[in-house]
Amino acid sequence: MIRAVLAALLLMAFGPSSMAQSDDVYSFDSRTEEQRFQTLISELRCPKCQNQNIADSNAPISKDMRDEVYQMMSEGARNEEIVDALVSRFGEFVRYKPEVDSRTILLWATPVIAVVVGFLVVAIIVIRARRNGESEPALTDEERARASRILAGDDSDRTS
Amino acid sequence: MKRVFLFIPVIFAVVLGVFLFAGIGKDPNKLESALIGKPVPEFRLKDLHDEERELTREVFKGQVSLLNVWGTWCPACRDEHDDLVWLAEEKGIRIVGLNYKDNRDDALVWLDRLGDPYQVSIYDPRGRLGFDLGVYGAPETYVIDAEGIVRHRHVGVVNEKVWEQDIEPLVNRYREKI
Repeated sequence: MIRAVLAALLLMAFGPSSMAQSDDVYSFDSRTEEQRFQTLISELRCPKCQNQNIADSNAPISKDMRDEVYQMMSEGARNEEIVDALVSRFGEFVRYKPEVDSRTILLWATPVIAVVVGFLVVAIIVIRARRNGESEPALTDEERARASRILAGDDSDRTS
Repeated sequence: MKRVFLFIPVIFAVVLGVFLFAGIGKDPNKLESALIGKPVPEFRLKDLHDEERELTREVFKGQVSLLNVWGTWCPACRDEHDDLVWLAEEKGIRIVGLNYKDNRDDALVWLDRLGDPYQVSIYDPRGRLGFDLGVYGAPETYVIDAEGIVRHRHVGVVNEKVWEQDIEPLVNRYREKI
């Protein structure tokens, strides 16, 4: 029963919707090739619709781009060649994963910068707290000795 | 001294604000062409008016031209058409038409009825040249210099305002270089 529900959910998540656009028209020699095609078209952005990849988009330009990807694949092009061919026409925009270069370096570096800054802030706070702690210890030696006597059950030190 | 550090979040917020504000009012649909500064892609397509005649990118050599991508299926192209006729007739601009993903007969009827602003009309029924140009909608208009290099792309309708602000200065600049 649970299996059936899970299977249905999986189908809903990964089944028809993600396959809908690029189904019937293309035929592949192997399952791997088909997977490769699906991956490629899901990593390319539609220039017309902008928030969709060309796998999900109905725009005519997405269809043309899928055709081009398929065409180049059947001519034996490598993935980078295919993506580069589309970037040279439509610009860096069509990559969902932009390349690391002078314009996009900040984009890539931001998470690292954020983590480093956060780490520095935490480190500064910790170091400061520690330094303050050293300068005025909470208990003197005498107080500490008294405290351990109390904890050991010797009540003679109690003031009240 | 330590109080200065309290202002860091404020400074951060202001910088972020300036950065984000700069993006307001920009049309995200207008993408810069990847072809700026590069030659028009190679092509071999038929003339719209003459099925026998083959056109290549040589049509751009020698003069500054506008390359206008249009189709009869595109309502915005209809809006733009009168302005193109005005540009061709009144301003003497050389416009090369790229009839994109269209039907030859429909296109000819359209030009017959509305006037033909194009000195050369390229017929691209399957959108091959359009694809190589990175056309993702119509109309689009490119400024091509006399060497056949793409200098500017305008996505959307060319009207008087767009002409005066964006396109005319470029056309004049590249005309001077001939």
